[in-house]
Amino acid sequence: MEGPMASVIEEGGRGLIRRPSATTGFWSWFTTVDHKKIGLMYGGSSFIFFLIGGLEALIIRSQLAGPDQHLVTAAQYDQIFTMHGLTMVFLFVMPMSAAFFNYLIPLMIGARDVAFPRLNAFSFWAFILGGLFLYSSWFLGGAPNGGWFGYPPNSTTDPSIGMTFYTLGLLITGIASSVGAVNLAVTIINMRAKGMTLFRMPIFIWMGLVVQFLLAFSLPIITVALVEMLFDRRFGTHFFDPTAGGDPILWQHLFWLFGHPEVYILVLPAFGIFSEILPVFSRKPLFGYQFVAFSGIAIGFIGFGVWAHHMFAAGLGPVANTAFGVSTAIIAVPTGVKIFNWMATMAQGDLHFDSPMLFAVGGIAMFVIGGLSGVTHSIVPADYQQTDTYYIVAHFHYVLFGGAVFGLFAGMYYWWPKVFGKMLSERLGKVHFWLFVVGMNLTFGPMHILGLQGMIRRTYTYPATLGLTFYNQVASVGSFTIAIAMLVFIVNVLKTARHPKGLENEDPWDARTIEWMTSCPPPVHNFDEVPEVHSLDEFWHRKYTTDERTGELIRIPAGAAPEHDPGHEAAAGHAIHLPSPSFWPLVAATGLPLLGYGILYSWYLVGAAAFIILVGFIGWALEPSVAE
Amino acid sequence: MRKKVLWALGLVALALGLASCAPHATQDTLKAQGPYAQQIKSLFVPVFWIAAAVFVLVEGGIVFIALKWRHRKGVNRTPPQTHGNTRLEIAWTIAPALILAVVMVPTIATIWSLAKPPPANALNITVQGHQWWWGFSYTDADMKTGYGTNAPISTADVMVIPAGRTVYLSLASEGGALNGGVAGPNPDFQVIHSFWIPELAGKQDVVPGRTNHILIQADTPGTYYGQCAEFCGLQHGKMKVRVVALSPIDWTAWVANQKLPSDTPTDPLATQGMDTFLNPLSGGRGSCIACHSIGGTTAAGTAGPNLTHFAAYTHSCFAGCDWNTSDTAALQAWLRDPNAVKLGSKMPNYHLSPDEINALVAYLKSLN
Amino acid sequence: MADVIADQHAPAAKAEEHATTTGLPSTKLAMWIFLASECLLFGALITTYLLYRGASKVGPYPNDVFDIPYTSVSSFVLLASSLTMVLAVAAAQKADLIRMRIWLLVTALLGMTFVGGQVYEFTSFSNEGLKLGTNLFGTTFYVLTGFHGLHVTVGIIMLLTLTSFSQAGRLPDDQGFSVEMVGLYWHFVDIVWIVIFAVVYLIPTGPPGGK
Repeated sequence: MEGPMASVIEEGGRGLIRRPSATTGFWSWFTTVDHKKIGLMYGGSSFIFFLIGGLEALIIRSQLAGPDQHLVTAAQYDQIFTMHGLTMVFLFVMPMSAAFFNYLIPLMIGARDVAFPRLNAFSFWAFILGGLFLYSSWFLGGAPNGGWFGYPPNSTTDPSIGMTFYTLGLLITGIASSVGAVNLAVTIINMRAKGMTLFRMPIFIWMGLVVQFLLAFSLPIITVALVEMLFDRRFGTHFFDPTAGGDPILWQHLFWLFGHPEVYILVLPAFGIFSEILPVFSRKPLFGYQFVAFSGIAIGFIGFGVWAHHMFAAGLGPVANTAFGVSTAIIAVPTGVKIFNWMATMAQGDLHFDSPMLFAVGGIAMFVIGGLSGVTHSIVPADYQQTDTYYIVAHFHYVLFGGAVFGLFAGMYYWWPKVFGKMLSERLGKVHFWLFVVGMNLTFGPMHILGLQGMIRRTYTYPATLGLTFYNQVASVGSFTIAIAMLVFIVNVLKTARHPKGLENEDPWDARTIEWMTSCPPPVHNFDEVPEVHSLDEFWHRKYTTDERTGELIRIPAGAAPEHDPGHEAAAGHAIHLPSPSFWPLVAATGLPLLGYGILYSWYLVGAAAFIILVGFIGWALEPSVAE
Repeated sequence: MRKKVLWALGLVALALGLASCAPHATQDTLKAQGPYAQQIKSLFVPVFWIAAAVFVLVEGGIVFIALKWRHRKGVNRTPPQTHGNTRLEIAWTIAPALILAVVMVPTIATIWSLAKPPPANALNITVQGHQWWWGFSYTDADMKTGYGTNAPISTADVMVIPAGRTVYLSLASEGGALNGGVAGPNPDFQVIHSFWIPELAGKQDVVPGRTNHILIQADTPGTYYGQCAEFCGLQHGKMKVRVVALSPIDWTAWVANQKLPSDTPTDPLATQGMDTFLNPLSGGRGSCIACHSIGGTTAAGTAGPNLTHFAAYTHSCFAGCDWNTSDTAALQAWLRDPNAVKLGSKMPNYHLSPDEINALVAYLKSLN
Repeated sequence: MADVIADQHAPAAKAEEHATTTGLPSTKLAMWIFLASECLLFGALITTYLLYRGASKVGPYPNDVFDIPYTSVSSFVLLASSLTMVLAVAAAQKADLIRMRIWLLVTALLGMTFVGGQVYEFTSFSNEGLKLGTNLFGTTFYVLTGFHGLHVTVGIIMLLTLTSFSQAGRLPDDQGFSVEMVGLYWHFVDIVWIVIFAVVYLIPTGPPGGK
């Protein structure tokens, strides 16, 4: 395969350097622009960050397992809890969602790739390099230590270098997410298969679209806040410096104006996954498809109007507190609607509790708890007591662990055969699930009580006299239960990887959406022939029809449906044109962390980094997207 | 699925059983000891039960549906292909909206009630957050000290209030009068803290450049515990505070005592300690009075806590309230090297000799 | 798999690329979403400036340093560059490549004049004692206008790259489209300047309580 291709490239070589051509092998991963490979890299790297963030959580829970413990110092603890939050939000849930979006959006809407494949590769490299940049702070003077929320003046006056890494690291990953958001939004709007109207899109795609717009409109706000903080820390400005007249509350407004939409950025992908899995394993269509889609859009809009509920104790006054209390209560409605729709989807169904379904139903059950404790935050005076306590920690872990993490694992079990052509072990999947449920409730359940009993957040220790020891011990036991569950999952993955047997059936779940209409794993061009879409749940409707007399479902005989036609397949791939691999996204992305180090250490490096970025983009512009 | 229910029930029983063994928590938000905390509790408890009812209904519904319609081996059932039911969906949109609307009525009422201006007889105290201890300054006209410049009474770590009377706290971070009434920006105040005595009121942030207010009141005499709730750096976890509420008689006596300058010690060791305190330490090690003030002496520093009545019976704790004033060993350890017991403390190690430490402890213990 | 890639024909690829769901080119759609996102970026920066207007505790204050006629002229230069950009797009659409390149160069030159003017302005303000860290005015002024200047600079680089690519024959056949995309960005940056100019220069303030 090398021979003919290389010649093709040389003949058409118009770029600055010789274009990479390999599509397999180790180095091909560095130049790939295939959304599936990029999705896998997002998934793999964010999973590693998940494990690192999990280890940080275990250190936190070990420190707090008893009163007055000194496993780590206060200084180390502050870095660990800050990095735990940053890792889980920016380096795990966001990129893991990006992994799902990257891999699945083109497949689910019937596209060959995303709208801008090289930009997609750039997003990935910017994310991973940004993450590594952030983590390099551990070795360069200390990790960020002012909390993921980084309230100034504490974070602007802290003398260690950590919070400067925080601003730069989040700016880099922010660039990655912004670029990715534009790319995926355009993909969904513009790359749909014939017949895939907006209201025939799977809910996962709807949630994906809402998330990309949330990203596109919330990230610029945090970008400004981070730039201002960076300038305060590095260049002596006074944005958040009260001695010069600056107002620390401005940061809080900017941060939460991003931070609250961010919560929906984290959880809506999981909502999309739940909405895909429940109908498949209930053998029923999603109950109230339009309602679920519109409630997602409503959440997206209202999500921009609730930010100050993070600041009820900041002294904004009764008018603001009333307004944001009410808006917070309002956003509970479209969220609640989804829960009821999911329940109605399951009702009267033929429920198959395979691992994906277990994680989906378990996730919904856990999210309900987080939702209800969330409603108590709209009870503003109650929040005066609960804010900044473990009650909040309990709340958002039920939302993010119960909602987002369960959703992402549900998606992994569900789409694993699609992506790898192999089934994960059901038995281990069930063990994983039950350990997860028990572990998470043991860990985060008692935190509600701890918060109500007055345990503050972000404390590196507590004295025995506060009477908080018992529930902290329970939570610590729970956290190790979650760790064991994760080991079970890793064993499951490794066992499956070594298992040579592929899928017997390329539609193992009797699925409903068109990503299952191609092989497992899909070919590089996704579909030999992109299916024309006639309805929501297109694949299901090609498999089943309803008897008009009795209302019974009738399976259409396999041969009758134009699914796989091996003879056709061989012919089909030839006329398809896919973007070719490219070095330039990686080159341009490499400039970003260098720029970061430059701002920290040397203006020469800034110049070098700017040059690399410029060369990267010019080389990129000179290179046609498809090699000739 | 039945297993799940059993699990859940077992866990709940276990938790309840063990919870009864747990000792009393001193910062319990649900053990309101004054009208302002009580207003919040009276709002939260019914909302909690509404949420609990919704929880039982929804989770019960999920478990019920999961059990009732689960696939049974060998039974092939075709579920009805329902796509939705607009009437039903509108109903379950309106139902939670109504519940929330009902709940918001007392919520808004309580927000405004808690934001009311203080009653005329309220005691005014300015609270200042430092890294990492609390300072209090009694700003009413009748709370001025009777010595020196007649600065307001000021304390550190422990706030003393009259029981049964509303206290109007001004949470200032810059320019507030403290430690002898010296006003002006002080970099030491320049991070956000949050003042919180769970049994007396909700929390309120102390934001540099702004002045926030909050009302607190303790109904009965006693000690109430709290701590800084907003992350404020290294020792955020050890920035505690105690509120001592006194009966009217005790309050009057306390105020009278606070108006007096510090006692001049008679005990020789304490006298030696006073010398050590008020004079520069030998060998250019610095001096205590650079940061601390003690009423009636030449000590007038403002960066550290005011020590005038350090040994008053109400002043039960020091250095962020993590150590008891009565604990001589803790005091000695603190003076030996503050950063060894509380890393990041602004008080440096003065390399005090054991003799100097003993003398200083004796002096501090004489200040009541 | 390999043969799929090796066997590609450019025209077919084009045909597929153009068949978008909405009929709009994806690049244009992406540019609009990007510019909408940029609106929030400048929105947040301008908001910061407005919130801190008159909050500086020490001088120099805006009235002390601003030279409104000077900045008006450089603003006019930037606005004029929008006009030349329109001319470049028009020429590109008529496939008049020579004229297109000329207008692109003129646009870039006008942009450079503006940025040069900004550099001069910053230097003279700095000489008058207004540095980045002097007060809140310096902080917010330099960061807001500097961010805008950075955007103009990126625009100039794009204009020059476009011109040289066109000269070297390295642009796709449909040159008008590339020019139009850069034009969208350029007009956006100009419009943002109108807002900044109005907010920063036309309603300047002196010391708090003064004037």
